[in-house]
Amino acid sequence: MSGFPILSLITFLPILGMIIVLILPKEQQKHIKYTTLIITAIQVILAIILLANYNYSAAGVYEEKSFQFIEKFRWIEISEISWLGKVKIDYFLGIDGISMPMVLLTAIISFIATISSWNIEKSVKGYFALFLLLDTGMMGVFVALDFFLFYIFWELMLLPMYFLIGIWGGPRKEYAAIKFFIYTLFGSVFILLVMIGLYFSATETLADGTKVFTFNLLQLMNPNNYLQDGILSPLNPHNLRFIAYLALFVGFAIKIPMFPFHTWLPDAHVEAPTPISVILAGVLLKMGTYGILRISYPIFPEITRQLMWWIALFGMINIIYGALVALAQKDFKKLIAYSSVSHMGYVLLGMASLSSTGITGAIFQMFNHGTITAMLFLIVGVIYDRAHTRGLNDFGGLAAQMPVYTGFVTVAFFAAIGLPSLSGFISEALVFVGAFGVTNIRIITMISTLGILLGAGYMLWTLQRIFFGPLNEKWSSLKDLEFREYAMFAPLSAIIIFLGVYPSAMLNIMNTSVNTLVSFLFNGQ
Amino acid sequence: MTEYLLVTLSIITLFLPVFGFATLIFFGKKFPKLYLFEVGILFTALIISILILFAKLTYFDKDIVSSLTWFILSNAPNTGTVNIELGIKIDNITAIMLFVVNLISALVHLYSIEYMRGDKRYTRYFAYLGLFTFSMLGIVLTHNLLMMYIFWELVGLSSYLLIGFWFEKKSAADASKKAFIVNRVGDVGMFIGILILFTNYKTFTFDTIFHQISIGNLPFGSEAWLTAAGILVFMGAVGKSAQFPLHVWLPDAMEGPTPVSALIHAATMVAAGVYLVTRIFVMLTADAMLVIAIVGALTSFVAATIAITQNDIKKVLAYSTVSQLGYMIMSLGVGAYVFAFFHLVTHAFFKACLFLGSGSVIHSMHHEQDIRNMGGLRKKMPITYITFLISTLAISGIPLTSGFLSKDGILAGTLVFGKLTGHWLIPVFGFTVAALTAFYMFRLLILTFHGEPRDHHKFEHAHESPLVMTAPLIVLAILSIFIFYTPNPFSPDEGWFLKNWVKTPQQVTPVSSRFDFMKSESKNINIHGEIIHSELYTETLHWAHYPAMMLSITLAGLGILFAFMFYQWKKVNVDKLTEKIKPVYNFSLNKWYIDELYDATAVGQTLNFSKVLAWFDNNIIDGIVNGSAWITKSFSNLSGLFDNYVVDGLVNFTAFFSGFVGFSLKKLQTGKVQTYIVFVVFSVIILLLIFKPF
Amino acid sequence: MTVNVGLTHFLIISAILFSLGIYGIITRKNAVMVLMGIELILNSANINFVAFARYGNFGFSGQIIALFVIILAAAEAAIALAIVLNIYKTFSNVNVDEIDKLKE
Repeated sequence: MSGFPILSLITFLPILGMIIVLILPKEQQKHIKYTTLIITAIQVILAIILLANYNYSAAGVYEEKSFQFIEKFRWIEISEISWLGKVKIDYFLGIDGISMPMVLLTAIISFIATISSWNIEKSVKGYFALFLLLDTGMMGVFVALDFFLFYIFWELMLLPMYFLIGIWGGPRKEYAAIKFFIYTLFGSVFILLVMIGLYFSATETLADGTKVFTFNLLQLMNPNNYLQDGILSPLNPHNLRFIAYLALFVGFAIKIPMFPFHTWLPDAHVEAPTPISVILAGVLLKMGTYGILRISYPIFPEITRQLMWWIALFGMINIIYGALVALAQKDFKKLIAYSSVSHMGYVLLGMASLSSTGITGAIFQMFNHGTITAMLFLIVGVIYDRAHTRGLNDFGGLAAQMPVYTGFVTVAFFAAIGLPSLSGFISEALVFVGAFGVTNIRIITMISTLGILLGAGYMLWTLQRIFFGPLNEKWSSLKDLEFREYAMFAPLSAIIIFLGVYPSAMLNIMNTSVNTLVSFLFNGQ
Repeated sequence: MTEYLLVTLSIITLFLPVFGFATLIFFGKKFPKLYLFEVGILFTALIISILILFAKLTYFDKDIVSSLTWFILSNAPNTGTVNIELGIKIDNITAIMLFVVNLISALVHLYSIEYMRGDKRYTRYFAYLGLFTFSMLGIVLTHNLLMMYIFWELVGLSSYLLIGFWFEKKSAADASKKAFIVNRVGDVGMFIGILILFTNYKTFTFDTIFHQISIGNLPFGSEAWLTAAGILVFMGAVGKSAQFPLHVWLPDAMEGPTPVSALIHAATMVAAGVYLVTRIFVMLTADAMLVIAIVGALTSFVAATIAITQNDIKKVLAYSTVSQLGYMIMSLGVGAYVFAFFHLVTHAFFKACLFLGSGSVIHSMHHEQDIRNMGGLRKKMPITYITFLISTLAISGIPLTSGFLSKDGILAGTLVFGKLTGHWLIPVFGFTVAALTAFYMFRLLILTFHGEPRDHHKFEHAHESPLVMTAPLIVLAILSIFIFYTPNPFSPDEGWFLKNWVKTPQQVTPVSSRFDFMKSESKNINIHGEIIHSELYTETLHWAHYPAMMLSITLAGLGILFAFMFYQWKKVNVDKLTEKIKPVYNFSLNKWYIDELYDATAVGQTLNFSKVLAWFDNNIIDGIVNGSAWITKSFSNLSGLFDNYVVDGLVNFTAFFSGFVGFSLKKLQTGKVQTYIVFVVFSVIILLLIFKPF
Repeated sequence: MTVNVGLTHFLIISAILFSLGIYGIITRKNAVMVLMGIELILNSANINFVAFARYGNFGFSGQIIALFVIILAAAEAAIALAIVLNIYKTFSNVNVDEIDKLKE
């Protein structure tokens, strides 16, 4: 496997697909759709190949040699610019136990979202071209190990998202798209600032012994690489690392989204077309927490330790607040959007524990939330396609009308409220176990468990309002699932149940890396 | 018979029902006859569980434990390897419970064939029953808290699905949701309790945790945390076993099909809470036990007072279930461990019989549930009547029944507890409830089966149920007779059930945190050993034996007498009496207004609060976001104006000014040389004047 | 009373001549008269040259330049008259006020 640029392939394959889609004439909608489907299917296969060749005992995190499927070569090199000195940026890809689950998730969700995009009718060509571009951006974020490259992918995914919401969205699409775009861009500015600050604070020693400034994340994690007077150098007594950490955190927190930066989410979700909501909730939200784990944590370990209580507090607020606000919603999709806010709170809480169990739970929760919420948004999409309304009080009694659909809904809903034997339970339990073990966030954890209760409250209430009770005559002509919808629900349900019963399949991937990360946070290299 | 075989058999019984569930879910639509397959599976499981029971009681003294690693978080820094195990533990209690659960489940399956016939989701119903049986067996078999919690939630799920089985009825859908959420309240507590234990011991396994406690390794090093852990885990039981104040879901759960009420909401699932407390009994401190005893006593009293005035046949039975569960919990709280478990078993049989009997009545009365419209059914349904009568006698605690044996033991236990600790209120509650139980159960019996029919139309159509429905009744009624438990109908202690099979285990809690009477005389601690009570306790128990028995028989007799006087012989005009004590009557009829209280406080206020938060989110938080967008926009508008008028204005002004000046000076250029010369001359003169070169 | 004629007197004469010349140029409308004014100015310059040569330490250069100027003035008068004649041909008069083609 070594030497074959599989990560580049999995990342840039969608770009290839985009080119094909752009070449195809506008009228050949079927070909365009099948091209996208095939591309995303190949992506899934590549992800599975990655998994099959994955070395479970290699840690990664800060050590270049234990990263896997590495591709590294000089990308930009400018020998001498007056005061900047030598500029060198690497094209550096690699994965470890933290990014492997995310790569899998991205591949799966993209594939499912493609199936879900089948009934897009408005300018199909543009849609699928943008969709594939988005796919590249997402995948790139999870495999990039160079800050500069990471940032490029991070921004790359923004643009297609903006158009996908803004053109194919609902009635208030322009507002939602602009809000999403500007909010994220606002966060990106912080990330950019910190990135530049780090660049001028640390150097990397090249093979020939010269020292150059670096964007390489792994080099930035090494405290020995920092300059005496770097603005973000730990050696500098007047450094701005604390402020930089906060700035970086805000940049990522917007994406998570963490209270109080979450309000773009409900708007974006409500207006976005179903497949885009799926991508948004399934993959994009994970980038925030992934960024924190990949960048904030190992580069600023001392500040992470210092602020863990606050991260846990915001996790708790997310959990409780998101659940309570979800309880009051009248729009199905908005309710699911707020449930995402609540569920991402578990990720934050788990990460804040700085324990192996908690962080494993957090990453697992990222994966599970990706699959479960994707399913929830697909569910909303199905009902909206048929009834053209999402009002929770407009329905009733659909369980008798659409039994198969209701079956899948039950799986997804109960997974979302953490029913054991479904994947959500394992991750939530691990998060709580991890967080409870840490003395100073124990109270926060205990309050957070209320989230389990509130989650059951809003989910079951929704289930009851839409599916139970007497059938609303208006909907007596609704049809049950068709084959295409089966094809989106079945694999997701299978994953949810499989990981609920056999979580080791995912936990073993992360174990070594998470352990390494945790010991790195406390003890350095 | 080897241990290995026993374990294999248990695992087979565990997975048989879930196999049935999967088969029915996926193929039930195509092959509607598959429900027979599910029923067959249950009877197979029953036979296997009888084998296990027999083998365990005969050949194995020791507990059999078998486990495997589910998932492992190896070599975690700071905490070390975390190994999450799945495993089963078979001791006598497990074996008995396996039998009880499988028996009742099998009988209910059989019964349902007829009862549910013609339902449009017939196979789906059997699938859910299979799922439930699987989850319940999981609770019974597990050897660790996590698995307990997992199956705990799964029985919750199956209960949810079965209560809401007729989800077209709004009340059924409401009830299922309520059941799940109220249970979740308890589960949150249980989960925190489990977290406390896991954080300290890095394992979920009961035996390891108990061993750690017994060697003095307390949670966070304090007895208070141990008490807290005990009470929090007990909260799970409060939810599942419908203890006050979380009992509100169980009466509503009667919206489900009646066989489901018999299986889940009377015999097995609600008893899971009691089973859980028996499992953690050894780690309960005195404080925790007192809390448990009080909760149990309160529950049994509250439920009994409500049951008196209910008119729905299933509601009366539901409240009696709550009341009896309170008994069991109270019994555990006062340390009468064996009687709690004994009552669990006997109650499972007679209460299942009562529910199935009521199902039989409801079935033949075409889904009439109001006892005010019944009466006189004795003649039409003799088998149902007789089995119902036997079970009623059992629940009322009349000698020669199983109920008498277990109930009497519990009452004696409370009496001892009262005498030794001074908490006399608990036995007072206990005995009051005994009288109330006899009264309301006979009220139910008389109104349903005795007297004259009050709804003649329905009475005409009433008929005895077919054999598949009566056979389970007969089996369960027979099992409510003393002979299966002890040869001497007045001394349960002499019976094989208590003498050989079930023993009170030795506490593992620190000696200082136990009740005095739970302190063992001997120094050596043996976690699986039987408790050796202090002499004082044994003496008090002897003292309490006969008074308790006399008192309970008298009170039950009085209750029955009053019931007959009120409803059979009509010596007292019930309507007039209720008119006289209207406020009390209404208080009871409306279930102490607890539902209303919850709706007004916890539920209502949460909803209100959520609305406030949603408003806050929409207007304040999003308002800030949109506000800052607005401010930015306004600012940019302003700078736009500035740019347009000031900056660009200056540029334009410069141009205009030069144009203006040029335009004005243009006039100087006349084209006449003479004028120019005049200018030159004057300029020179002016220059000379200015610079004064001279 | 004897008046010592010195440099100042010559310069005053010259200044008067110059002023008269300027006056002539500005006020006369006839181009020929303007030319005559120019002649006056040239001659006032000549007087200055000669006077400075006489009283200053310049040798004969002043007188020689004066001679050149006289010759130049004659040539200039000839050319100017020719121009005036041409102007007359074009505009039918020699009135400088009306000839303001330069403006354009």
